[in-house]
Amino acid sequence: MKERVDDFSTRRTHLEGMSDAELKSYFLELSEKLVEPLLDLSYKNTTKSIERSVLLRMGFSSIEAKGIVEIINENNLLSKGAGHCVYVVGQHKKIDIHDAGMLLANGEEIDYLMEYFKVYE
Amino acid sequence: MNNTIKPNEKLDVREILRDLENYRPNKRGWVWREVGPQKIGEFTYVQASPTLKNFVPLPSARNIGNIDPQPDAVITTEIASGRFEDDIRRMRMAAYHGADHVMVIRTAGQSHFDGLLEGTPQGIGGIPVTRKQIRAQRKALDIIEEEVGRSINYHSYVSGVAGPEIAVMFTEEGVNGAHQDPQYNVLYRNINAIRSFVDAAESKKVMAYAGMAQIDGAHNANATARDAWKVMPELLVQHIINSKFSEKIGILKENICLSTVPPAASPTPDLKLNLPYAVALREFLSDYKMRAQMNTKYMDSSTREATVTHVLNLLISRLTSADIQSTITPDEGRNVPWHIYNIEALDTAKQAMVGMDDLLSMVNLKKDGYLQDKKREIQERSILMMEEIIEMGGYFKAVEAGMFVDSGEYPARNGDGISRDINGGVGSGTVVERDPDYMAPVTAHYGYNNIAQYNKDFESNPSLLIDGCTFEKPEMIKFIDELDETDNVYLRMDKTEKYRSGGLLKPEVEWLGDGTVVVDLFFPANIRVAEAAALETGKKMNLVDVEIIHKEVLHPTEGSRIQIKGTFDFDIKIDELVLPEIIKSHSEDDVINYVKLNPIKVVAGTAGNDEHSVGIREVLDIKHGGVEKYGIKYEYLGTSVPIEKFVDAAIETNSNVIMMSTIISHDDTHYKSMKKLHNYAIEKGVRDKLILIAGGTQVTPEIARKNSMDQGFGRGTKGIHIASFVIDKHKEINSK
Repeated sequence: MKERVDDFSTRRTHLEGMSDAELKSYFLELSEKLVEPLLDLSYKNTTKSIERSVLLRMGFSSIEAKGIVEIINENNLLSKGAGHCVYVVGQHKKIDIHDAGMLLANGEEIDYLMEYFKVYE
Repeated sequence: MNNTIKPNEKLDVREILRDLENYRPNKRGWVWREVGPQKIGEFTYVQASPTLKNFVPLPSARNIGNIDPQPDAVITTEIASGRFEDDIRRMRMAAYHGADHVMVIRTAGQSHFDGLLEGTPQGIGGIPVTRKQIRAQRKALDIIEEEVGRSINYHSYVSGVAGPEIAVMFTEEGVNGAHQDPQYNVLYRNINAIRSFVDAAESKKVMAYAGMAQIDGAHNANATARDAWKVMPELLVQHIINSKFSEKIGILKENICLSTVPPAASPTPDLKLNLPYAVALREFLSDYKMRAQMNTKYMDSSTREATVTHVLNLLISRLTSADIQSTITPDEGRNVPWHIYNIEALDTAKQAMVGMDDLLSMVNLKKDGYLQDKKREIQERSILMMEEIIEMGGYFKAVEAGMFVDSGEYPARNGDGISRDINGGVGSGTVVERDPDYMAPVTAHYGYNNIAQYNKDFESNPSLLIDGCTFEKPEMIKFIDELDETDNVYLRMDKTEKYRSGGLLKPEVEWLGDGTVVVDLFFPANIRVAEAAALETGKKMNLVDVEIIHKEVLHPTEGSRIQIKGTFDFDIKIDELVLPEIIKSHSEDDVINYVKLNPIKVVAGTAGNDEHSVGIREVLDIKHGGVEKYGIKYEYLGTSVPIEKFVDAAIETNSNVIMMSTIISHDDTHYKSMKKLHNYAIEKGVRDKLILIAGGTQVTPEIARKNSMDQGFGRGTKGIHIASFVIDKHKEINSK
């Protein structure tokens, strides 16, 4: 930011009349405004780390999770959810979650996922 | 497994590592102390918690019945030497000194590692945090908490570009608390801001599920800013951004802890700067908990100076509040913390907090004047800053503009704030928008999750879609042991095994067998000459890698103090050591009660031609804690007392004990005096009734007994040792 001298005494005039309690509720009110867009952003988006954390919870090791997420990301399927992709392959092949993940890690069943999610359109 | 250990048993790290793949932690979630008044001896403590089952009290507790009152706040110690296996021992020592929050610092660079580290490689400035390392330390702490009788919270960092995975792993492994604050990533680790917040939301959701305590990262602003006390308004803003964000995601308010450090340190007018800030913060963020940290910004190499700064910080904790009282080791200004300084810092916190117990029942903070005016000013400045952030278009715009960590006190700006490009930094461009059919079938997942496309009933419990995830079914967790055959705990332990099981010892500051020693030196010379002389001294003491770690001018020309460290490269063989006999002593109360019922009288003096009376006075006089303190009456015969006079005086005064001091050992005078005393007592027919004691610097119990004394006492003897022996012997004589 540009250099600026301390203009506190003029800047604060609108706060001067507030009681301590009013000041505190105003502080908290402003904080809600500040974090609202950050929560919204987080609600709508995901990342490789989030998707790896999903796979950890599904019983994959960190090394397995990393491999699966890399392949899913390369094929632009992260927006569907890595756990989702594994789940879909498991259902399709009628195999357990871990085996489904290992197929994906080997680059198999990507075409099926593309088809399933209609990504080619 | 056997989860108990006795105080006299060493923790066996190899045993802890055994069968680790099947270990499950005892519990999840943060544990506060049981806070409430405690009556200990004749004192009642108000801001207190129960005493431990096993503990090491403060040094002066020796004279106060060995009591170890515990304050109300959870007390933190940070332990991470680079070798987690050696840190386990330090954790046990720390728990005995009152730590119930053990924080592990991560190795340099881990926050930029995209994924989880595995195995047990050695770290730099911290340890590589891995599942194996976490599980081993949690397992050790599960044993240690049983030993001390109080829950120990284990803690590390959920930050960097792998935050969500670390949060999941911590939940699975029973980690109880973590630092989590996306602002830290953005400002100090240059990790992309959007990525940091999106990841943080997931991490926080997981931490909320686990009941972990969260500590924020705001204190880093005052460690980074040029003049720490000028960032106070910004600190309030940083605290509320992370706290409100966390609260909205679902972390309970009582688990949201603000990492607050008194920003300034003496020689500034410490309390005038720090106290209004502490009050402003606690008033505005009263919904949350306070994790009071100690100042690191103004630490130099003097451990004494750091300790005083930290005690002033503790005064602020007691004048306001602290739910968690963190400690900073007083050596942090000069090296990665050593064992002894973790313990010093813990003792400093315990001593100061217990000493200032219930302070606010006696003093009030003033409700008007400077304190309130300054507090209000800080609060208003923080509000003005938030107004401007919103005006600029929100948090990311403000970060881009360099609003944060500017050295001007807001609204003053010096144009030197940290600026981050919203599209830049580590992990930029890696955030992906979720599609309408996005789905994640797991527990504690934040944000949009279209489970309903498969089963509407599972919306509130998505992991049912896969029949449960690791949070419900820990047996699903995949444990990776070692990945690096050349860098792991087993190789390190093999190298130091001789100090574990080979009967060898070496001095140590952080790692088994490191051999590091400190020598504290004074030279009557200026500082430059003294430094060179100190290095030379170290070399001549046979130390290797001698380094100066601290220097102080006592006078520019008259003298300088230098502390050096170096490696002492020799092994000490334990079985060749000669250990002095243990002198048994009873509790003070037991001795006093016995003497009350069985009056005991002593005659005492120095023998023959011996004028050295300092030692005997020390073990006689009440002032020095001598036998008089326990109700034993004594007749002091003076110095150079002829041997016969001891016995004659004992008969005359009807005494039970003779205490003969004999310092001079030339020509075995002291042995001869002992024999003579014994023989004369026989001659007078009173030997059976009298307890004969000899003492002196050259006297040992063995020598004295060999020369017909009932007991001998050497260097370091206290009145209680002699009194304890006397009552035991008195009982024995009376029972005959």
